[in-house]
Amino acid sequence: MTLPFYVPPEQLMKDRAEYARKGIARGKSIVAVEFADGVLMLGENPSGTLQKISEIYDRIAFAGVGKYTEFEQLRVGGIRRADLTGYAYSRSDVTAKSLANAYAQTLGHVFTQEVKPFEVEVMVVEIGYEDEQSHIYRVTYDGTLYEEQRVSAIGGSADELLPLLNSAYREGASLQDALGWTKSACTSVAGGTVTGWEGAVLDRTLGRRAFRRLSVEEIAAA
Amino acid sequence: MTDAGGDGLVLEAGVPASSFGALLRARGLDPRWETEGEIDAPEGTTVLAFRFGEGVIMAGDRRATSGSYVAHRSVQKVYSADSYSAVAISGTAGIAIELVKLFQTELEHYEKIEGRRLSLSGKANHLASMVRRHLPMAFQGLGVIPLFCGYDEQLEEGRLYSYDVVGGSYEETDYAATGSGGRDARLYLRTKFTDGLDERGALELALEALVAVAEEDTATGGPDLKRGIYPNIVTVSSQGYAELPEENIAEMARTVMERI
Repeated sequence: MTLPFYVPPEQLMKDRAEYARKGIARGKSIVAVEFADGVLMLGENPSGTLQKISEIYDRIAFAGVGKYTEFEQLRVGGIRRADLTGYAYSRSDVTAKSLANAYAQTLGHVFTQEVKPFEVEVMVVEIGYEDEQSHIYRVTYDGTLYEEQRVSAIGGSADELLPLLNSAYREGASLQDALGWTKSACTSVAGGTVTGWEGAVLDRTLGRRAFRRLSVEEIAAA
Repeated sequence: MTDAGGDGLVLEAGVPASSFGALLRARGLDPRWETEGEIDAPEGTTVLAFRFGEGVIMAGDRRATSGSYVAHRSVQKVYSADSYSAVAISGTAGIAIELVKLFQTELEHYEKIEGRRLSLSGKANHLASMVRRHLPMAFQGLGVIPLFCGYDEQLEEGRLYSYDVVGGSYEETDYAATGSGGRDARLYLRTKFTDGLDERGALELALEALVAVAEEDTATGGPDLKRGIYPNIVTVSSQGYAELPEENIAEMARTVMERI
């Protein structure tokens, strides 16, 4: 009779984390930056149709990096959850905090229980009303949940992007300005060339549904 | 696939990804009743829609009745379905309002998941299947009949659809009306409708029709100048869905009322 190999749990978690991190590092990063009217989300994306940034609810947006099929599952699950909550209760009862918690639970569960962890990192952004604060949540592959202020980045080059964004950040900047410095940070991290942008804003001046995709021309012009 | 506990995120594989109704049914959350006999519930009455130069206009009176009683004086019967379409309701008010809420959620849900809006005929078909699913309740006197219109972004024109109680969907060329005063409204529009009206002309015709119907049908409420309750009137054009400002409706309502 053969005995099963004993693998210490530390080693098991380390291996899984390394596997997930490798997968995420291959993808392009996405950043979120606050500006005067809301939050801008921008990233490099060569595809015009397979999007990484998406509307979840009236004032909530989602961004995912890593394996497309895996964060797409999370995106669809998030929309379902938000629409069910809003339909059963009220539109104002759908919050980014509850959604980010659900993502953290799901990713944490997959990380420890499933055969392979999700190779994704996701961001949930919610804009506040006039004088309220916006919320940016980041959830990593193992289900760790972070709340971030003003700027945030997910993906392989997040650590390089954050200092650049933090030094360029100005409170109450216009969308044009915010786009400008976000683009230059992404370009410099990508080594000077970017093959296609994907960008969107949550803009509190737009009314009930605050999400709007930025056109290619609009991003190129900034 | 993964269920992270009671409040967790459930990602079912068996549910059509972009249908909110299917999701509700899979969770057992869709509205269902099994009742015996007939119930008297407040009913919404006259709504109408017709094409004009820029797209379509849709109008509804504000009265809900229960038998010969006025149940509510300021019910909203015309709603946005999404940013390029509008839906109006007649029949059992409570159920119809819920139907509209579900329809709105369904369209937005599809748009968010698929990254594009349903086509106008897709929206009209979906509404038909929602009405059809209500058929058992219609037998108990709780029928709902909507009216749907929108701006077709592909064909670049306004289109309107009427329905019957079994979920039949009929595209109308110029005008449509439903509810207790629907017949009177259609008769009025048949004689007065002309092609290519401007927005002001369309508003005038919509109010004239509602005022005329309110004269004939007790279940239809005309403009209530004393209480300041006016019909809801909206347009859908290439610019999208827009509710006409109440002061414009009020001013036109006074003009029309004086004439009659």
